[in-house]
Amino acid sequence: MANSFTRMMTGRNTAVMMAMGAGTLASAFLLTDNTAAAERRRFYPPSADYPDLRKHNNCMASAMTPTIYARLRDKATPNNWTLDQCIQTGVDNPGHPFIKTVGMVAGDEETYEVFAELFDPVIKDRHNGYDPRTMKHPTDLESSKVTSGMFDERFVLSSRVRTGRSIRGLSLPPACTRSERREVERVVVTALSGLKGELAGRYYSLGEMTEREQQQLIDEHFLFDKPVSPLLTAAGMARDWPDARGIWHNNEKNFLIWINEEDHTRVISMEKGGNMKRVFERFCRGLKQVEHLIQERGWEFMWNERLGYILTCPSNLGTGLRAGVHIRLPFLSKDPRFKKILENLRLQKRGTGGVDTAATGDTFDISNLDRLGKSEVELVQLVIDGVNYLIECEKRLEKGQDIKIPSPIAQFKR
Amino acid sequence: MPFGNTHNKFKMSYAAEQEFPDLSQHNNHMAKILTPDMYAQLRDKETPSGFTLDDAIQTGVDNPGHPFIMTVGCVAGDEETYDVFKDLMDPVIEDRHGGYKPSDKHKTDLNAENLQGGDDLDPNYVLSSRVRTGRSIRGFCLPPHCSRGERRAIEQLSIEALDSLEGDLKGKYYALKNMTEEEQQQLIDDHFLFDKPVSPLLLASGMARDWPDARGIWHNDNKTFLVWVNEEDHLRVISMQKGGNMREVFTRFCTGLTKIEDLFKNRGHEFMWNEHLGYVLTCPSNLGTGLRAGVHVKLPNVSKHEKFGEILKRLRLQKRGTGGVDTAAVGGVFDISNADRLGFSEVELVQMVVDGVSLLVNMEKRLEAGEAIGDLMPEQK
Repeated sequence: MANSFTRMMTGRNTAVMMAMGAGTLASAFLLTDNTAAAERRRFYPPSADYPDLRKHNNCMASAMTPTIYARLRDKATPNNWTLDQCIQTGVDNPGHPFIKTVGMVAGDEETYEVFAELFDPVIKDRHNGYDPRTMKHPTDLESSKVTSGMFDERFVLSSRVRTGRSIRGLSLPPACTRSERREVERVVVTALSGLKGELAGRYYSLGEMTEREQQQLIDEHFLFDKPVSPLLTAAGMARDWPDARGIWHNNEKNFLIWINEEDHTRVISMEKGGNMKRVFERFCRGLKQVEHLIQERGWEFMWNERLGYILTCPSNLGTGLRAGVHIRLPFLSKDPRFKKILENLRLQKRGTGGVDTAATGDTFDISNLDRLGKSEVELVQLVIDGVNYLIECEKRLEKGQDIKIPSPIAQFKR
Repeated sequence: MPFGNTHNKFKMSYAAEQEFPDLSQHNNHMAKILTPDMYAQLRDKETPSGFTLDDAIQTGVDNPGHPFIMTVGCVAGDEETYDVFKDLMDPVIEDRHGGYKPSDKHKTDLNAENLQGGDDLDPNYVLSSRVRTGRSIRGFCLPPHCSRGERRAIEQLSIEALDSLEGDLKGKYYALKNMTEEEQQQLIDDHFLFDKPVSPLLLASGMARDWPDARGIWHNDNKTFLVWVNEEDHLRVISMQKGGNMREVFTRFCTGLTKIEDLFKNRGHEFMWNEHLGYVLTCPSNLGTGLRAGVHVKLPNVSKHEKFGEILKRLRLQKRGTGGVDTAAVGGVFDISNADRLGFSEVELVQMVVDGVSLLVNMEKRLEAGEAIGDLMPEQK
């Protein structure tokens, strides 16, 4: 059994490498079969299928033009994933006047090449002008490089770092078949069972956990549920729920992995209190060990030097990293300059339930805005420095002193 | 229109057992019928438009169902689905439609003259009468699978046909994406407006894609004849009015449908129909007539009778709340309609509703007067 997978995987990798070429654009497969499906496509020119995006406010809708659609509509990745499938979520969810969602997803690694004509401008839009054609993304998981990573626990209640990883050769959640999804589960769970010491833990399959286990995971805020957000369900990533979905966590309960939710894996390091340095150190160590364990069996993560780590949503490319704290800022949060301070520090605030939730009381989730173009170490340092600045502001306001808006942080090293 | 992993060719490199869905928690017709062998036989097939087995069953995989309510669990993406995947569809149809066999023939009868009575259901009890069905336009993919281009073409054809209707059927089309706030409110007040589906049964099949593009509502000026375009089927056709004159409702229904069919034919299009399955629609539960004829009727006493369920069963009727499928009855008012769709003609089904509701109203009157209803118990139809 394992042999056939390895053989098949090798075959897939070969196909991927052939398709990717040596740094050139992947050759797309054209849907040129002779079935009635092909007839239908010829009968309906691209203009007949062009989506109505007039009421839409997402990155895909901003970047899409009839010309781009016409050029890309009949292309497919080697897996047969099409443009229409990428953009379905953005067509179905017009967005919000104030919140600009991405509006498209990848079905596999090759998506970002085959449909580069649309993905590149979307990436540029979402990631502050990052140009995948000309720039390189730095990856740096050397946690020893961060400084001052211990926050004042009078303010910081908890610290957390998360990212995602995709297994090269297997389709992403919007596109994967049940077999592929089960394969992701198998590969990752096997690797995780090799973790030792502080990282040793166990896996809870969503479909098989007991009521008690489920309640425990809910109480610990570890359990993820079937997505209800139409942004996710329209992309097809909730298909076959809860098949091959699960949660792994270490016995210490500070290193956690979600399997087959919005990405192949989401990796989370977290603990109560303000020791962000330790959280990041465990994060890097865990990630490296998991990578090593899957490489032993001939697998690897999707990564390239233009886009960094490849994930389902273009918003998570690069590091896929969100480092954040739950922090109490009773004075600062009421100061009219709060928003501008966050903006200049390249931080964002969320409610304590995560994305799209409201803050309760004075406690906020503060994390980095950026994902691509800066390394993991850079982003975590940015969060550390930024949160320390916020705490300084809070302390000054507590004492009735004035605060300053910091200068905006530069985007990319040019 | 490929949806999710539907055209993922690499799934063929995995064995059928590895792809077979986990249906252990499931209670729907598809889950009861689909075996690993059947899956292995059918999984590499596709209809000419590219619809696959996985496409058909996705909604049933994603929605395990309810211990008491047996949903169908599979949909068609085009007319050929029922043929290419007959090994699955035939047993599902047999299960859902009371033993209807692959060799059975379905009778279509849209001649309202053949209905007996039906014009005198007591309006003190029968508050409103309604008949609905669906129609699919041959040559186009169905809502789970159609592309935006096809859906728009269907809308365009429908508008052209409906705009040609005259007399008491003359009316107007309201595209969902273009309607004004005022129009929208009016349609809501008239109980005509349909919304983007929220039921996971529908969403998981892909029929809500690109909402509200090419969706709309047409109704006649009298507001008694209504057509939904591109909701769960290409067309849903509804005739309705207050009171108990089901005969009039059905007559208008037949006249309207026949006219619409002619208008389509004049433009070189026909409805999907064959002599085995009758009218072909997205959900196997709506094959045959696709017809649901029903009334909103006050049955506060009968509905509390211990034999209510049994009576309905014998009359081949079903009850729903006044909000439609999956809603509860309010104030003793029930939606009572035919339970069958396939294997009986339109006239036969409406006759069952007319006769059955007539009987139920008699029972209600007896119980109101404190009398027994034992002698009125019907035989199994």
